Amino acid sequence: MSKSNFSRRGVLKTGAAFGGVLAAPTFFTSAANAFTNAPGASSVTFGFNVPQSGAYADEGADELRAYQLAVKHLNGEGDGGMLNTFSSRALDGTGILGRKVEYVTGDTQTKSDAARASARSMIEQDGAIMITGGSSSGVAVAVQGLCQEAGVIFMAGLTHSNDTTGKDKKANGFRHFFNAYMSAAALAPVLSANYGNDRKAYHLTADYTWGWTQEESIAAATENLGWETINKVRTPLGAGDFSQYITPILNSGADTLILNHYGNDMVNSLTQAVQFGLRDRQVNGKDFQIVVPLYSRLMAQGAGENVKGIFGSTNWHWSLQDEASQAFVRAFGQEYGFPPSQAAHTCYVQTLLYADAVQRGGDFNPCAVAEALEGFEFDGMGNGPTLYRAADHQCFKDVLVVKGKDNPSNQFDLLEVVDVTPADQVTYAPDHPMFAGGELGECNPGA
Amino acid sequence: MGDIVLQILNGLDKGSAYALIALGLTLIFGTLGVVNFAHGALFMLGAFVTVTFTNLLSFERVTLSETETTAWGSPLEIREPVLQAWFGDFGLWLIDYSVLVSILVAIPIMFIIGVVMERGLIKHFYSRPHAEQILVTFGLAIVLQEIVRTFYGANSISQSAPDALRGMMDFGVVLGFEPGMVPYPTWRFVYFFFAVVVIGGVFAFLQFTTFGMVVRAGMADRETVGLLGIDIDKRFTFMFGLAATVAGLAGVMYTPILSPNYQLGMDFLVLSFIVVVVGGMGSLPGAVAAGFLLGILQSFASMNEVKEIIPGIDQIIIYLVAVIILLTRPRGLLGRAGVMED
Amino acid sequence: MFGSKISDTTTLILFVIVVALIPLLAAPLGAGYPALMQFFAIFGILAIGFNILFGLTGYLSFGHAAFLGVGSYSAVWMFKLLSMNVIPALILSILIAGVFALIIGFVSLRRSGIYFSILTLAFAQMSYKLAYSVLTPITNGETGLQLALDDPRILDSARTSGQLPTPNLFGLDMNATRVVDVLGLEVQLNFGYFFSAAFLVLAFWIAMRIFRSPFGLMLKAVKTNQNRLNYTGVNTRPYTLAAFVISGMYAGLAGGLLACMDPLAGAERMVWTASGEIVLMTILGGAGTLLGPIIGATVIKFAEAKLSKFNEGVVHGWFDFLPDGLADVLTWVVAKFVGDGWHLTLGLVFMLVVTFLPGGLVEGARRIGGYLGRRGQKEDLEQLGSNVQGGKTTAAE
Repeated sequence: MSKSNFSRRGVLKTGAAFGGVLAAPTFFTSAANAFTNAPGASSVTFGFNVPQSGAYADEGADELRAYQLAVKHLNGEGDGGMLNTFSSRALDGTGILGRKVEYVTGDTQTKSDAARASARSMIEQDGAIMITGGSSSGVAVAVQGLCQEAGVIFMAGLTHSNDTTGKDKKANGFRHFFNAYMSAAALAPVLSANYGNDRKAYHLTADYTWGWTQEESIAAATENLGWETINKVRTPLGAGDFSQYITPILNSGADTLILNHYGNDMVNSLTQAVQFGLRDRQVNGKDFQIVVPLYSRLMAQGAGENVKGIFGSTNWHWSLQDEASQAFVRAFGQEYGFPPSQAAHTCYVQTLLYADAVQRGGDFNPCAVAEALEGFEFDGMGNGPTLYRAADHQCFKDVLVVKGKDNPSNQFDLLEVVDVTPADQVTYAPDHPMFAGGELGECNPGA
Repeated sequence: MGDIVLQILNGLDKGSAYALIALGLTLIFGTLGVVNFAHGALFMLGAFVTVTFTNLLSFERVTLSETETTAWGSPLEIREPVLQAWFGDFGLWLIDYSVLVSILVAIPIMFIIGVVMERGLIKHFYSRPHAEQILVTFGLAIVLQEIVRTFYGANSISQSAPDALRGMMDFGVVLGFEPGMVPYPTWRFVYFFFAVVVIGGVFAFLQFTTFGMVVRAGMADRETVGLLGIDIDKRFTFMFGLAATVAGLAGVMYTPILSPNYQLGMDFLVLSFIVVVVGGMGSLPGAVAAGFLLGILQSFASMNEVKEIIPGIDQIIIYLVAVIILLTRPRGLLGRAGVMED
Repeated sequence: MFGSKISDTTTLILFVIVVALIPLLAAPLGAGYPALMQFFAIFGILAIGFNILFGLTGYLSFGHAAFLGVGSYSAVWMFKLLSMNVIPALILSILIAGVFALIIGFVSLRRSGIYFSILTLAFAQMSYKLAYSVLTPITNGETGLQLALDDPRILDSARTSGQLPTPNLFGLDMNATRVVDVLGLEVQLNFGYFFSAAFLVLAFWIAMRIFRSPFGLMLKAVKTNQNRLNYTGVNTRPYTLAAFVISGMYAGLAGGLLACMDPLAGAERMVWTASGEIVLMTILGGAGTLLGPIIGATVIKFAEAKLSKFNEGVVHGWFDFLPDGLADVLTWVVAKFVGDGWHLTLGLVFMLVVTFLPGGLVEGARRIGGYLGRRGQKEDLEQLGSNVQGGKTTAAE
């Protein structure tokens, strides 16, 4: 039985149509602009690409609030927030280079594919000159790559993997948020002071790239203290019930559990670890302890009272008493009725930093912006004196070590800052082995 | 040795949840012939009944402070738990036991949700192809979870077990281990026994009541039962309500183990389908057996000793088992011929 | 829209004209940008391929996204190792996806009905889980496989600039776009879109031939009553396996094209909800019809891209002309369905379509045609649709 009768003529016709397209290779190249999406005379468009569905939707919603606040402040509405405390005085509330700031939003769905599709629509359809946002490192790296190819600037949102400014760094991408190495370096002295230098650590790690860099960083830092790593166990993302990974810890001889989890994984694994009585145990003559290297207030809310007394690190916290942080909390709180999260903070700061770089450089060209950001030193953004390092586009600043609060006074007051590790203690060489392997490349203005 | 006992306990505990969800799913299959992709959403709704109930119990009276302000300058809210103020110690007890007490609330609510779903939507799909049943119930699942998200956000919401059941039980001592070798959280034992009671109850109901007998007859031959003048439709509606209740209760009791969020249902959906298929479509004992089997296998596959031999096995064990069982036993463990094969 | 009795050739010509005019038609809707138009064409190919399996044989694969993912990974590896030219990448995508489909199909087709669905689902989920975790050296896990400056690319001459190369067809870049002004409307003519669209036309044409061939007839027979075929001594397995492999190769092509348009392959492409989306596209448009799946794919991709972008500010803008209070209330209500609530709309639309239009949008179009009193219409679409299956079909046939 013959399957079909594909006609030879049909194939030939299709081939001819193809040839016609090929015959005009220059047809598809447009008149060249100086750079991608050069803004008009009256307005400039930003693309806010945040998770609006999926597990990080609440974090994404908080990022979006911060972006909207930043746009207001840039356009001279509201009380100006951190524009009043920012060390650079270039911005004056009249937009950027006289242009009003507008924005479009999109949903990353916390998936690399969807995030890139959403970013492409902002660049190709809405004329966005800068893309920012995101709540996971996979998405940040993927979108950063896209922006490099398209010739726009990417100001990363919440992304904590070493890779974002390590092996996957790009000339058009910038990160204000801290990373796994910094978390580990900041936590180590506090862990040593509180738990001593003779500990046996057991790692539970989310089985994907962020989890691995987190595990690598914190294991290296704790081993430097003299801790012994008993085991590193990888858990599937979204495992839900972690009991089968927790019970082996009970008789393993470990006296410290390090949870390299984030989001719902962290909420569940921490809740269940406490349920299995780990914190009531005595091992090797010491109280069993749990450490969560990367904390966020939204996660602490999900884990409820299980976070009490547990150490971790965070990029920023609303209870900070410096003038800049207070200005931001005031502006955000008055607008929305509750304090901002660390994700909101980093997104707000990134937007201001971008706007400031354009204003100082006097040009929207991504290459000019990159030049203005590279090596930029600033203060008054809630993290103390900060450097945007030119070699890898990573911000270097103090890192907060926090602890779950024992007696929270309200539903937002869940973490207390126990220590501030100064920037020079968390600084590393650009070619540090955990960050090696990638190249920044050259800035791409597109077009 | 202690580790292996612990993993068996983990497996039984997971298995309880799997079996409870799969039980309702396979019940709907068997009686109504409907592939219900919204079943996971029912589990999620059950969990959120508890969340709502706890929220209502811990309702606070908010007064604005005249002297103190928040960090952003608005007056500080002073919150007073109302229940405690009204009932004193009884109020506290109620809040402490909110998860268990919410079972009483969840039973009627979930049953009503089930009946409304069946009467309002599912009954129109009895004679339609399975693909359309899947699609419409999948759409419903999305709608339900998005509605929950509108009210509760995307974050997980922590629920506590009652204080008295929060600690550990030293199970090893029962088996003759040294003390401290096999400790296990009390609440997880509670969950296991709860599951056994519910499963036993459903079986007894179908086996020993006239109602159950009619339903079983209807499962075997719907038309004849209808010809006998028995209103089988009403009973099927009741069965859908029952299945929804079982799924909901599984969700209620699971909240202290897994902080619920709006996507909880989707996470369990694929898994519960695999449990049902491995057990054999429409077979109640099969669903229960498959639930416990997959739970235990998943626990063992996650042990470090196993993962060292086959990396990543804990990621795929459920699917691997499903493939192997379906290839060796065409209709699952205890399935009947001719069900769902076209 | 169509005259009486249209031949396949006419359909094909009309189809080509519509596909060629998409940049112009989509521009007023805000959908005329390369990324989305490429999605229309690529997911159209995917849905056509899925329909060859599901629409003709009735086998509901719930793991089709795995082939899409495999296709993408193959293409990106070709870009990394061999050349940025898309031809070798696409060839490898189709081949590897075909091999995968052969293996998975051979095993899964031993069962039918929901057991088959669960088997394909299980294989796809295993692929996804492994790609996300232990296979990271091959797939780059969560981040997704992407190009790097130091990739070998042995056939391409060494690039000296610090920029990543772009996938191209003998030097013609996929992202080359010419913007032309048509009556004040910015129309973006993107080479990548026309390249994908050429494949869409090819895919459509092949599907049409398959639908009309004895092979296609045999597949329809499998759907109607496989047992009867088996009893008459026909071994149906080779036919269903062939359909499965062809369908898998379509998905591989789509995956390869996705990577050509945007050189990144993410593991999420293979997750079960992605497979579910393919099913939704096909049924939404009209399973078993030729045009339905393409329409379904276009509608879903359009909704996904546009609905999620309407934030509260945009929605409020729509109601600006109303009094403040009313505008706020309307904004609050409508914002629940767009922006971050777009999944709610998606769910509702599926429920409504499946409940009231079991034959998908194509059936909707036919019914509208019927109301307009053009009796010829029904026959045409049925003829065009070859075998509108939607609902209680098996009984009706």
